[in-house]
Amino acid sequence: MSQVAWIIPAAPLVAFLAIAFGARRSPVASGWLTILGVLVATVVSFVVLGEALAGVRVDQTYAWLPVPSGPAFPLGFQVDPLTATMLIVVSTVSLLVQIYSVGYMHGDAGYARYFGFMALFTMSMLGLVLANNLLAIYIFWELVGLCSYLLIGHWHERPEAAQAAKKAFIVTRLGDFGFLVGIVFLFAQTGTLQVSALANLAASGGLVDPALTVGILLVFAGAVGKSAQFPLHVWLPDAMEGPTPVSALIHAATMVAAGVYLMARTFPILEHSPTALTVVATVGAFTALFMATMGLVSTDIKRVLAYSTASQLGYMMLGIGAGAMAAGMFHLVNHAFFKALLFLCAGSIIHLVNTNDLFEMGGLRRWRPVTFVAMTVAALSLAGIPPLSGFWSKDEILGAAAGVHPVLYLAALVTGFLTAFYMFRAVFLAFAGTSRGDAHAHAEPASMTIPLLALLVPTVVSGFWGAPFLGNPFGAFLEGYGEGHGLAATFHFDVAALSTLLGVGGVLLAWAMYGGGNLHRGRAVAARVRPLYEIVANRYYVDHVYNWVAGRLVLGIAWLASQFDQTVVDGVVNGIGTVGVASGATLRRVQSGQVQLYAWVLFAGVVAIAVALVLPMLTGGRV
Amino acid sequence: MALGLPMETLLNLAIWLPLVAAAVIVLWPGDVERTARWIAAVSAGIVLALALILAASFDGSVAGPQFATRIPWIAQLGVSYAVGLDGLSLPMFVLNALLVLLAVFISWNTKLRAREYFALVMVLGAAVSGVFASLDFFLFFLFWELELAPMFLLIGIWGSDRREYAAMKFILYTVVGSAFMLVAILVLYIAAPVRSFDMVYLAQVAPQYAAPLQAVTWLLFFIAFAVKTPIFPFHTWLPDAHTEAPTAISVLLAGVLLKLGAYGLLRANLGMLPDATRQFAAALAVLAVINILYGALVAMMQTDLKRVIANSSISHMGYVVLGASALTPIAIQGAVFQMFTHGTITALLFMAVGLIYDRTHTREISAMGGLAGRMPVIATISVVGGLASLGLPGLSGFVSEFLVFTGSFPVWGAATVLGIFAIVITAGYILWLVERVFFGPERPRWIHVGDASRLETTTVGILVAVIVIVGVFPSILGDIIIPGIAPIATRYGL
Repeated sequence: MSQVAWIIPAAPLVAFLAIAFGARRSPVASGWLTILGVLVATVVSFVVLGEALAGVRVDQTYAWLPVPSGPAFPLGFQVDPLTATMLIVVSTVSLLVQIYSVGYMHGDAGYARYFGFMALFTMSMLGLVLANNLLAIYIFWELVGLCSYLLIGHWHERPEAAQAAKKAFIVTRLGDFGFLVGIVFLFAQTGTLQVSALANLAASGGLVDPALTVGILLVFAGAVGKSAQFPLHVWLPDAMEGPTPVSALIHAATMVAAGVYLMARTFPILEHSPTALTVVATVGAFTALFMATMGLVSTDIKRVLAYSTASQLGYMMLGIGAGAMAAGMFHLVNHAFFKALLFLCAGSIIHLVNTNDLFEMGGLRRWRPVTFVAMTVAALSLAGIPPLSGFWSKDEILGAAAGVHPVLYLAALVTGFLTAFYMFRAVFLAFAGTSRGDAHAHAEPASMTIPLLALLVPTVVSGFWGAPFLGNPFGAFLEGYGEGHGLAATFHFDVAALSTLLGVGGVLLAWAMYGGGNLHRGRAVAARVRPLYEIVANRYYVDHVYNWVAGRLVLGIAWLASQFDQTVVDGVVNGIGTVGVASGATLRRVQSGQVQLYAWVLFAGVVAIAVALVLPMLTGGRV
Repeated sequence: MALGLPMETLLNLAIWLPLVAAAVIVLWPGDVERTARWIAAVSAGIVLALALILAASFDGSVAGPQFATRIPWIAQLGVSYAVGLDGLSLPMFVLNALLVLLAVFISWNTKLRAREYFALVMVLGAAVSGVFASLDFFLFFLFWELELAPMFLLIGIWGSDRREYAAMKFILYTVVGSAFMLVAILVLYIAAPVRSFDMVYLAQVAPQYAAPLQAVTWLLFFIAFAVKTPIFPFHTWLPDAHTEAPTAISVLLAGVLLKLGAYGLLRANLGMLPDATRQFAAALAVLAVINILYGALVAMMQTDLKRVIANSSISHMGYVVLGASALTPIAIQGAVFQMFTHGTITALLFMAVGLIYDRTHTREISAMGGLAGRMPVIATISVVGGLASLGLPGLSGFVSEFLVFTGSFPVWGAATVLGIFAIVITAGYILWLVERVFFGPERPRWIHVGDASRLETTTVGILVAVIVIVGVFPSILGDIIIPGIAPIATRYGL
């Protein structure tokens, strides 16, 4: 099956095309087509994973874009442990999200369009995961960005949604500018874009510093945009304007993790540049801490989860930058499941109370007991409480960070504490105490409950794939990609104990402040640190800077350019026209009849000349 | 042989049939208002079919022009009627045939003086295909001039409010440009050992001309082609002409007429004057970057929908110039690729603008908003056009931009990085435009506007299909372009 792994993205592509060319007239059929397409992808992905675990490796390349000199730019795919793992994450989360969407999006005017774009997204994301060269990755990279744009803007009649969609595309494109320059640069340096070939060159000394560091950091710029790392993180919170299942799939589990995956995929290049590793680790650690602080004060449940996502992606980047690529990937896998679950839980209660505002919730455990349990378990996993999945991967990253630099380690530890606190602040605000809004019971469709239960399974068990007492099978699976220090298999008891204590402490602090479901303790603390609170609540004014740059600086330059164009460039021309040919006033005052007459005369003249010239030809080339 | 006729006959037929059609339309007895469009459509359809047959029979392994006809014409002066196609001109020839047909479709309901309108569109199409097919510079110049008059009339009579100003500006600019070109052609001709206008011959002998002569000739050609392409600072006729022209004429203007300039730059400047080209390449790269960034920034500030697209054309033609300035095989291939893809993408965008205008009777962006709900089909094709324009992979624009970037970077690193940065600015103004026109709440004012008709959907659907197919299978186009640019690329020894 691995030989024909292209079937995996092809199945949802077929669903998209079927919806685009006809099925969209039937919303129900569109929904089922997407589910069917993703189901096929999921089944094949599991077969491919089985084969990969059995040692099957595939690397196929096809000529795509011919060039005058040298071989054509190829497209191709590979099946290796990294790809096989990601295929499972993407296809299963997508499948469950599609099923959930049937209930969540029921009755939506754009239902068919929604499922069409979801199928297109799943295709693109699976293609990205399978791609074996940077050009192919970039192609799918842009396509997932497009789907993100289209789905954030699903309710495009709402100005906030339309603006958020545009912002997401443009901010990530800033990163993609770096990525594309990186691709062009690496091609100019090496003449290839195959990741395996670049890795070989990096290992054999064919690609050396400074080119290696410059190239990989340019690629990393793309990852910074896609994975919402500082300073390109500003689009992700706004992206929550999209439907919640979209947030779960694209802006939590898969697309935003593509940046982390890209750094894992290019890790055999990255690992040869200590500078680049340091940059990746530092950006990751800073983002983890920075975004976690914003999660502390947000009252919008989806934004809390969005800050958390960017923060956790920072954690993964930290792991990779610390040299523990497998740890970063392991956290990506675990996070994908529990964060998708958290978002779907959020969708479940938003569906119930019709608001995102945590302060208007409260007491929801009575109405949504399943959601309450699922969200609590997922939040515990995110907080790194053993034996849930988040604990295992977080510990590996912490261990790796501790081995690199104490500051990185400290940042990661503090982040862990903050994460536990803000997550349980949200859980208690939503579920504890009594209702502060107007929740009234209405049943949830099974299509929404079943995916929650299904995602609970990996949230609890996926961590054992990398658990040290089982010999870290995940780490062993990924071993050999890069030069070997990709593993952090050793279990650090002290690290685990400390981080667990901090996690529990965060949960308890949240209980102390919000456990009763009342808000005044939190408000009292906020009032005591008002200036600090304001800074964090305003997201450190980074968005203000962007708005100034986009709204004032760029538009200012554009205004100058257009004024210059009108008055200087065009003005000079019109001036010459006035002096040399006819007066500008005449030019504008010419009577239409005169212009037409002039034109017809001109035309007749050309015809006459043509006839005069054609005649000799007819007479045999003699004048 | 195809259809029982030699290939060169098909080529001649494709060039001259529209002129016959124009004559038939003009001479048709009685009421022709409804018949004219059918005559034009049938003629344009046949021409497109012929162009596609020629493309299908094109032999990529043969160097030099194919399907060639060479008849001595004014023998004493070394003028001959010589036409043929190579990999450089064939894509443009096909593009022109396609866009003329779609232009007829998109102006199907033209009521004002339909007889003259369709006749002039036919003449315009013939003239442009003649320029691309010419193998003789004298003939090239004739066709080049033949294109001016119909364009002048089409803007000046069927255009919108400021049509006369725009038409006059267009004609003055291009006539001045043509004058420079005529001098350049005569210099090439006079300096040649044998008096001949044969372009293949001139391409062989001109590289041996003395450096100063090459430089002067290069600059003369450059002015003519810079006006047409257009290249900063010779570009300001374009936004006026595009904005005032009727939809179909904007489509042809942006789709193929601008390519005449870029084609001339490749054919004459790069193809015949290599020493001068090397000398001026850096300046060309600088102008290219100005085009790209300046055009994008100016586009961003426009309040008129059509002026946004017009200025985006200036920006995107900058990629052609950047590719041409780098002189590497991949960059030149990218330039030609961009000529084709920009032709289709900008044609799509102008059609979309036309469809919106037909319904709202305004081009003011601020008057629009929330149109997606009322016109989902038009919104969809506009977004596809916009995405193609901002270089989204899977659509053809990305392929040409990628080729230009990879081909230019080793030669002009900084210029290429600036050119790549434009993808951010382009995304900015395109998506901002999409947001302001289509998204947001519906406005009561537009509650009654309808969506595209079946004919309109089919017309733009064809362009969308071409953009997707070339974007996904670029070898379709690449396999024709590569042999076409080989004679040029080999001059620069890379």
